[in-house]
Amino acid sequence: MTEAKAPAKRAGRKVELDPRLAAYQGVWVFVEHERGQAHSVSWELMGEGRKLADQLGVPLSGVVMGAPGEDTRRFCHEAFRYGADRCYLMEDPVLADYRNQPFTQGLTELVNAHQPEILLLGATTLGRDLAGSVATTLQTGLTADCTELNIDPENRSLAASRPTFGGSLLCTILTLNYRPQMATVRPRVMPMASYDESRSGPIIEQPLHLIETDIVTKVLDYIPDNRQDRPQLPFADIIVSGGRGLKSPENFQLVWDLARVLGAEVGASRPVVQAGWVELDRQVGQSGKTVRPKLYIAAGISGAVQHRVGMEGADVIIAINNDPNAPIFDFATYGIVGNALQVLPALTEAFRQHLAVARKAG
Amino acid sequence: MHIVVCIKQVPDSSQIRVHPVTNTIMRQGVPAVVNPYDLFALEEALRLKDTYGAQVTVLCMGPPPAEAALRKAISFGADDAILVTDRAFAGSDTLATSFALASAIGQIGRNMAVDLVFCGKQTIDGDTAQVGPGIAKRLDLQLLTYVSQVDRVDTERREIVVQRRAEGGVQVLQTRLPCLITMLEGTNEMRFASQAGMFRAARHPVRVWDKAAAGIEDVAKIGLKGSPTVVSKVFAPQPKASKAEQIKCESNAPKDLAVTLIAKLFTQHPALESAISAGTTGSI
Amino acid sequence: MHEKFDTIVVGAGPAGNAAAYTLAKAGLSVLQIERGETPGSKNVQGAILYADALERIIPDFRDDAPLERYLIEQRGWLLDDEAYVGGNYRAEAFNRPPYNRYTIVRAQFDKWFSKKVQDAGGLVICETTVRELIFDGDRVAGVLTDREGGAIYADLVILADGVNSTLARKAGFHPELKPKDVALAVKETLFLAPEIIEPRFNVKGDEGVAIEMVGKITKGMIGTGFLYTNKESLTIGVGCMLSDFAAQKIPPYVMLEEMKAHPAIRPLLEGAEVKEYVAHLIPEGGYDAIPKLYGNGWMIAGDSAGLVNAVHREGSNLAMTSGRLAAETAIDLHAAGQPFSAANLAGYKQRLDDSFVMKDLKKYRRLPAALHRSPHFFTLYPELITLAAHQWVKVDGVDKKSKEREVRRAFAGRRGWLGMMGDAFRLWRAFE
Ligand SMILES: Cc1cc2nc3c(=O)[nH]c(=O)nc-3n(C[C@H](O)[C@H](O)[C@H](O)COP(=O)(O)OP(=O)(O)OC[C@H]3O[C@@H](n4cnc5c(N)ncnc54)[C@H](O)[C@@H]3O)c2cc1C
Ligand SMILES: Cc1cc2nc3c(=O)[nH]c(=O)nc-3n(C[C@H](O)[C@H](O)[C@H](O)COP(=O)(O)OP(=O)(O)OC[C@H]3O[C@@H](n4cnc5c(N)ncnc54)[C@H](O)[C@@H]3O)c2cc1C
Ligand SMILES: Nc1ncnc2c1ncn2[C@@H]1O[C@H](COP(=O)(O)O)[C@@H](O)[C@H]1O
Repeated sequence: MTEAKAPAKRAGRKVELDPRLAAYQGVWVFVEHERGQAHSVSWELMGEGRKLADQLGVPLSGVVMGAPGEDTRRFCHEAFRYGADRCYLMEDPVLADYRNQPFTQGLTELVNAHQPEILLLGATTLGRDLAGSVATTLQTGLTADCTELNIDPENRSLAASRPTFGGSLLCTILTLNYRPQMATVRPRVMPMASYDESRSGPIIEQPLHLIETDIVTKVLDYIPDNRQDRPQLPFADIIVSGGRGLKSPENFQLVWDLARVLGAEVGASRPVVQAGWVELDRQVGQSGKTVRPKLYIAAGISGAVQHRVGMEGADVIIAINNDPNAPIFDFATYGIVGNALQVLPALTEAFRQHLAVARKAG
Repeated sequence: MHIVVCIKQVPDSSQIRVHPVTNTIMRQGVPAVVNPYDLFALEEALRLKDTYGAQVTVLCMGPPPAEAALRKAISFGADDAILVTDRAFAGSDTLATSFALASAIGQIGRNMAVDLVFCGKQTIDGDTAQVGPGIAKRLDLQLLTYVSQVDRVDTERREIVVQRRAEGGVQVLQTRLPCLITMLEGTNEMRFASQAGMFRAARHPVRVWDKAAAGIEDVAKIGLKGSPTVVSKVFAPQPKASKAEQIKCESNAPKDLAVTLIAKLFTQHPALESAISAGTTGSI
Repeated sequence: MHEKFDTIVVGAGPAGNAAAYTLAKAGLSVLQIERGETPGSKNVQGAILYADALERIIPDFRDDAPLERYLIEQRGWLLDDEAYVGGNYRAEAFNRPPYNRYTIVRAQFDKWFSKKVQDAGGLVICETTVRELIFDGDRVAGVLTDREGGAIYADLVILADGVNSTLARKAGFHPELKPKDVALAVKETLFLAPEIIEPRFNVKGDEGVAIEMVGKITKGMIGTGFLYTNKESLTIGVGCMLSDFAAQKIPPYVMLEEMKAHPAIRPLLEGAEVKEYVAHLIPEGGYDAIPKLYGNGWMIAGDSAGLVNAVHREGSNLAMTSGRLAAETAIDLHAAGQPFSAANLAGYKQRLDDSFVMKDLKKYRRLPAALHRSPHFFTLYPELITLAAHQWVKVDGVDKKSKEREVRRAFAGRRGWLGMMGDAFRLWRAFE
């Protein structure tokens, strides 16, 4: 990303695109999958891609790469249902596990053959690895970790916004004279696309001319994470989070207590993670996880912008803070001004009673 | 073995403030630090040096004060340091930065072939995680991102085995040297420099290269010219239209507040009640 | 095997930097050791820089030193709970170069000064703490740092390690600091845009204002408050004697918070965002608390020698001057081929005595005691004087004569004429 102080001068307002660039048409979403499962970020991007494609009046395509028989066609069909008009499919045994070299070569070949104007990938370990390599190979611009994507109506280019300077500001980045325009978006930043069982479309296949012996890097082993051990914060429906306002690791237990009653995941602000009260996987925010729960309860969290960007996509936010001027009240749905050390146990008890009554009734 | 570690000097972003009126950055007095992610890369390189023996060269592109970052690396045990600095680099985006660093690594390799390049996972100012992959592509090095551990290096057979963090697990990858590794954070802990290391750092002649010394002829590939992306605007996050609804009740006792809140919550968001009940079945 | 230098300077504050720079420029080999991450990273000061002391070390410092604003106006306030009586001195003479006083941010200033030391040939090592001095008999022969292999030798060690000076105390050069001889100051830096600072303080460009305050803000303790304008920030702080803090059990940050809420001060801070909060000690024991300043193979300068003029809030200039004089003493001895023995280093004390440093400290030597005996300066008098001002200004149909009577009665009733005369006499003597 160019230094923010660079003036927008180079963003000369020309509506007429260079014919060389105009040849690039359409919006692509890279469909990421691993171990038989598509990554939800792909479907979140599909919703965003749909919006961009409609604005531009071009088709939206999914890109699926993998080993033959590896459920790849199933991912294509899912892509249609999430909004894709067509899918590009590249199947080859060398694509069985993610490796940079064959995927970079494959995606680059697809882009060169079909010339999309926009290419979106999830900002996952895979997506960032691949996007950086492909952009360098294609010598084009890539904007990482975007939080908002739009089309600049004046020059038909992708206006990709992302946090900058430690998250205190946002900037909008354009790739004017290069195609495709690439961007990555973190999981859970965008809402899921709507699902339409009836949708379908054509699959365009393209082979990859690589054989295993051409590939330098070998996968010796894959050790899947023990899902039970790792908090699944990004996909939790309900999250109870605690911040430095709880003052001590002992008090943080109050967050766990409420979470247990609600069947919720436990999150935290960065100071809490840095102090070692909870593990790194539980940090919500710019340098932690982005979450989109139905309910987010924040206790003793000030609501600094770096925390906010990770959780403001929640449907309902309840904030408990003893400072009536805490920034969290600027964007929470409900606020309780009070001492979290007293309010949390009261909430836990009230929820417990309410749920017990509800369960008996239901 | 010759290892190059790319480190960047970045402003300590927790201390950056935004001008409330003009929305510009108030950088004055913001201390510069070594990008914290890069220290994991440096420490891993130094551990390889301890185990297998290696020459470790640290490389940084940035303004002259960035020399401090390189000196710090020397104090920990790096052998040589190069600062690539030139006005022509101003405004470089990741593509241009990776071009410049790749050229510099090319020059470094002329004296002693480079076997391994280390980068941090990402920077805290650019925050893109793209410069590492960019350098690898330009130098045609095998790319290993998000590495949590280097299992072994076989300098004879020119092979390396690493563990790489993938989305749902850990990949154990074997590849050929030369390669580029971006190191995951939290994987090791930076050592404490010895007194001798401090003296070495204070006295070390950090080499300063301009664009020519870094082997760059085509100025269209660096700085603003070499950067496909342009920043069209910088703005503050939108304030939300409505503030939180304050929960109040007569007593304002925590117990009554809680009950008031729950009543309101479930009346205004009935779907939540079922979401919660579904989640808690059997867990209490 | 071990490194050896002509001189080692401990600390990279104003005293240490002045000493190291002067020594290095004269061609002596100098090692300077600083425990902070960078020079100045931990240093706390208001901060006002007095140009003169630095000019004598680096005459053209104005060319590149990181200076915030030059002061064109000094305000002095006497505060009651809700009111203040004050005076301003603003002069166009202060608005013409060469400027006399500047606000600085120590973290930047110390770093700049340290760069000068390095450019002059001094070797500077940061993030390294000197744990203790190495002795050869009764002669200081070097220092031991907290790093592996940290013994370093030198013919002379200059201690410029600030107010705590644990090193000097460990070595027995001076006794434990007494709470009545040190002030504890707390201060905050608050971000505020220049566009807001300038109209609010009636300055433009690089002009700045300093406000010194006494009165009820210190809750009856001996102490002062201050507010300075920097380029893009304000510094506000308050300091009192450590012994008073201990006795009154008021946490210093509470005192600062209450001071910030004072109706006269709060509007000046509106919209400012706290950047940092720090607390630091200031040696305010004055002349009578100055320890031995030199011995075999060592000298001591700046705050570690207790060289602070609390009345005028001068410290950095005494630190720089003492650092320079220590260095000049060593340079002359080195040139003459003389050893750094206690007898020879006595020249340092002589130079200090001849300078403003000792002359000023001697002048105020009675002040600490005078203030201790009349705490009314910080409680009663602000109240009485604001009462007088209030009566003078307020128009309420009461005739002036009655008002005068009321004021006089208040003064006499609350302190008694005799007491007041005693206070006045003690103060006069202390300043005389
Ligand atoms: C580059 C960068 C990345 C960052 N990334 C993240 C990130 O990913 N996630 C993140 O969270 N932060 C992140 N931060 C840090 C962020 O700026 C804030 O410092 C942090 O979010 C503050 O955490 P907090 O609200 O828990 O603590 P504080 O800011 O200390 O706030 C504590 C709050 O608790 C309240 N409180 C105190 N006592 C009580 C009580 N008894 N009852 C109720 N309330 C009480 C206080 O009023 C206050 O509002 C990042 C910063 C930077 C510079
Ligand atoms: C709140 C406040 C406001 C002030 N305002 C003013 C003002 O406006 N104007 C003014 O002139 N003065 C002011 N002073 C006083 C002034 O700050 C000091 O007098 C001055 O900093 C003294 O300089 P120094 O070099 O002796 O000590 P310091 O500045 O304290 O420097 C000592 C250095 O030694 C280092 N050090 C200490 N121990 C070790 C060790 N064992 N090993 C290695 N390094 C070590 C420290 O890290 C530090 O960098 C103020 C002080 C305070 C606290
Ligand atoms: N200017 C630079 N000088 C040296 N290394 C850099 C520079 N910029 C980025 N890097 C390296 O590339 C990594 C990723 O940076 P980024 O793409 O900016 O997140 C960093 O962790 C560094 O190792």
